[in-house]
Amino acid sequence: MDTVQDTGARRTVKLLIVDDSNIVRRRIERSQQFDDLQVVGTAANGLEALELARRTNPDLVTMDLTMPQMDGIECITQLVQMKPEVRILVISALADKATAVEAMERGANGFLNKPFTDRQLNEAIAELMY
Amino acid sequence: MLREEELKTFVDGTTRYFEVAAQQPASIGSPYLLEGEPAMHDYTGMISVSGKREGVVYFTAPRAMLTVLLMKMQESDFSHESMRDLVGEVANTISGNARRDFGHDFVISVPSVFAGEKPQISQPTGARAFVIPIHWRSHSAKLVVSLT
Repeated sequence: MDTVQDTGARRTVKLLIVDDSNIVRRRIERSQQFDDLQVVGTAANGLEALELARRTNPDLVTMDLTMPQMDGIECITQLVQMKPEVRILVISALADKATAVEAMERGANGFLNKPFTDRQLNEAIAELMY
Repeated sequence: MLREEELKTFVDGTTRYFEVAAQQPASIGSPYLLEGEPAMHDYTGMISVSGKREGVVYFTAPRAMLTVLLMKMQESDFSHESMRDLVGEVANTISGNARRDFGHDFVISVPSVFAGEKPQISQPTGARAFVIPIHWRSHSAKLVVSLT
């Protein structure tokens, strides 16, 4: 189901939030400050994320990496195969360069380290979407 | 075996977490070598480490501290599940940030969380466990790092 809506001149951007922490998922949802961003789903692992992505067709996905059942790197790989145009912002505590490089090589478009401020989150989203 | 100078990575990670996530810095006490059983608080989030290094990193904190931390994070859910979620996320964030210094082969697990029970923590042979005391507002918590 495609729920993209027109809101005047700007199209609604559909956001899917993926993180195994409920607190982090709520934090991202609460802290994003874009009127045209619509949270279409939240997932606690890669498997749930793929299922939700099929159903909600997101434009942007925030993706944790260390998760049970299916980690973020594998999820990015499958998500990009399923929906090549999706933009993926990795939000992870893993702070080494090799992890960021690997995520980008699999298809991520941006990388934000935890812990993050609201400003850092919004700047990272803006960089990918606008 | 974990060297004392490597502890700086975890001290810095703990400092950063409270500064950014709680918007209020914590005071970090002098780390000390753990002898015997550590005193656990109400909730403990534990990360297993494998790869180039082996061992555990765990964050243990009282419910009162976690409640205030959640408030500072604009959370309104102070349930048992939120407390469990938070200690796991703190342990995960500090351990994950350590890869900045320890590298990609410092492989961390998803968090295991213990509440109201004595955690089963098996330290690898030859590992030394250090306790990093954390003081935040009127509360005290601990980060314990035990690595080969």
